[in-house]
Amino acid sequence: MKIAVCVKHIPDPNVPPEMDGNRLKRAGVQGVLDPGDEFGVEAGLRLKEAHEGEVTLVSMGPEVAMEAIRRALSMGADKGILVSDDALEGADALVTAEVLAAAIRRDDFDLVIAGVESTDGYSGTLPSTIAEFLGLPSVTAVRRIVATDGSTITVERQTADGYHVVECPLPAVVSVTASVNEPRYASFKGIMAAKKKPVETLSLGDLDLGPGDVVVKQRVVELAKAEERKAGEVIVDDGSAAKRIADFLQEAKVI
Amino acid sequence: MAKIWVYAEVTSEGVDSTALEILAKARGLGDVEAVALGPGASAAAEKLGEHGAATVYVNDDPVFHDYVAQPAAHALHELVQQHAPDLVLFATNYESRDIAARLSAKTKSTLMSNVTGLVDAEIAQTAIFGGATIVDVKLEGSPRIVLVRPKSFVPESVGGTASIEQVSFDVPDGAKKARRVEVHEEQASGPRLDQAPVVVSGGRGLQDPANFKLLDDLAASIGGAAVGATRAVVDAGWVPYSYQIGQTGITVKPGVYLAFGISGATQHIVGMKGAKRIVAVNKDEEAPIFQLADLGIVGDALKIIPQLIDEVKTRKG
Repeated sequence: MKIAVCVKHIPDPNVPPEMDGNRLKRAGVQGVLDPGDEFGVEAGLRLKEAHEGEVTLVSMGPEVAMEAIRRALSMGADKGILVSDDALEGADALVTAEVLAAAIRRDDFDLVIAGVESTDGYSGTLPSTIAEFLGLPSVTAVRRIVATDGSTITVERQTADGYHVVECPLPAVVSVTASVNEPRYASFKGIMAAKKKPVETLSLGDLDLGPGDVVVKQRVVELAKAEERKAGEVIVDDGSAAKRIADFLQEAKVI
Repeated sequence: MAKIWVYAEVTSEGVDSTALEILAKARGLGDVEAVALGPGASAAAEKLGEHGAATVYVNDDPVFHDYVAQPAAHALHELVQQHAPDLVLFATNYESRDIAARLSAKTKSTLMSNVTGLVDAEIAQTAIFGGATIVDVKLEGSPRIVLVRPKSFVPESVGGTASIEQVSFDVPDGAKKARRVEVHEEQASGPRLDQAPVVVSGGRGLQDPANFKLLDDLAASIGGAAVGATRAVVDAGWVPYSYQIGQTGITVKPGVYLAFGISGATQHIVGMKGAKRIVAVNKDEEAPIFQLADLGIVGDALKIIPQLIDEVKTRKG
């Protein structure tokens, strides 16, 4: 089974973000493999282990994004593709999907896996847009991969009030949630091996895309402070907390 | 006037309430039409008209329910080519998100997600940094595609009557691939989370999945309350995803939100800071949730909840 896993290098979500003009500051900010993508990498590795094959990581970003690819390689993926081009700075969801689809299209993958949404942007549209560009079916928000025989995949798809079982012929695109598995830790051996695994760096030209193909049709025109809630009273429980809350509920007329 | 479309998801319970919220806002920004696809679409059209859609394009074919996203994206694309809307608005939910994402590729349209406000038919707003900053984004080209977060606007019936147009499509076999073979709904006992006047919610601070039972008991004692949870405990498998309140998950705006053992990560705050009143109980006095709580209690939720249940029962008699 040939599997592509989309991965993203994002600013460390544990570090408070800063703005650089109208954009999120990225220069000098510690980056990590998006924690949500670890579930996609793990899903790919498990399918590879069950059905043989190969896991290829696909990413777009500046050169520093290589760190995320190496991290996923150290978990056990086989190789990587990084699309890196100055013309892609500030790419929106549409442009990103078009570029990743072009990189994926260079090979014949049975399955493309992505995280359900990025931790920094949380749009959640990329997997379906990639699928549309590739002309493939897709199932997003997969919480469990039930079975695959190499020609079909059966999954449980998360919904607002339950789940759906979806059957889909391969090749296909799936996005996975944090419920799908427990990602493995990279072993020391894995980290050492990752350094020697092949990663291809591609420019837009390598994908037969020109600057005209990646025009971003949205821009930030204003930033404003939102109206903030004010903190109310904070008390330390001295045994009367339950009474205080009950008073509050009565004042709010809900009991 | 800009031509604005609202894609209205239709489920077995009828038209998605977010579509009605979006219509309330869209009405002030241009000429509004709606599209509803799948079983129940025709039946939903009247309500969409009452909420301001002048025309509703409908098709009740089960293909739109049986196969994920692709048939609906195909149909919308055909309609967009025929009618050339300037802006197409979708609700941020799993189904609509996939359809919008595919339409974006088909029409090479820019797409913006997690929108919480619309300035006009070209400028959409989103909240960043846990809602501390509002960003205005100008979108170009047409159609522009925007995914609006639930509860961003207040629905309002204006008593209009829509012209209902039955439209037909020839959905290609290539769009009938990802097939829904089973539908499972996890029925919550109380009211729906996004509609309950009181939400009782728990996080990691509850320490053990079994302790969520305490929240059920508290919700039952208050009456009309629903139980929610943070992403951390949903990811840990304590409660089903349908409990999840936050950036990923449900947005709630109840009259009272009671947060137990919730620290107040941005991910969670985004989904509940619109509550009218917030009460938070947490052991850690530094927990960010205290910065937005009207009443903050530094204490042990596991000790306080049983006392509160007794107190509420006593006062209600």
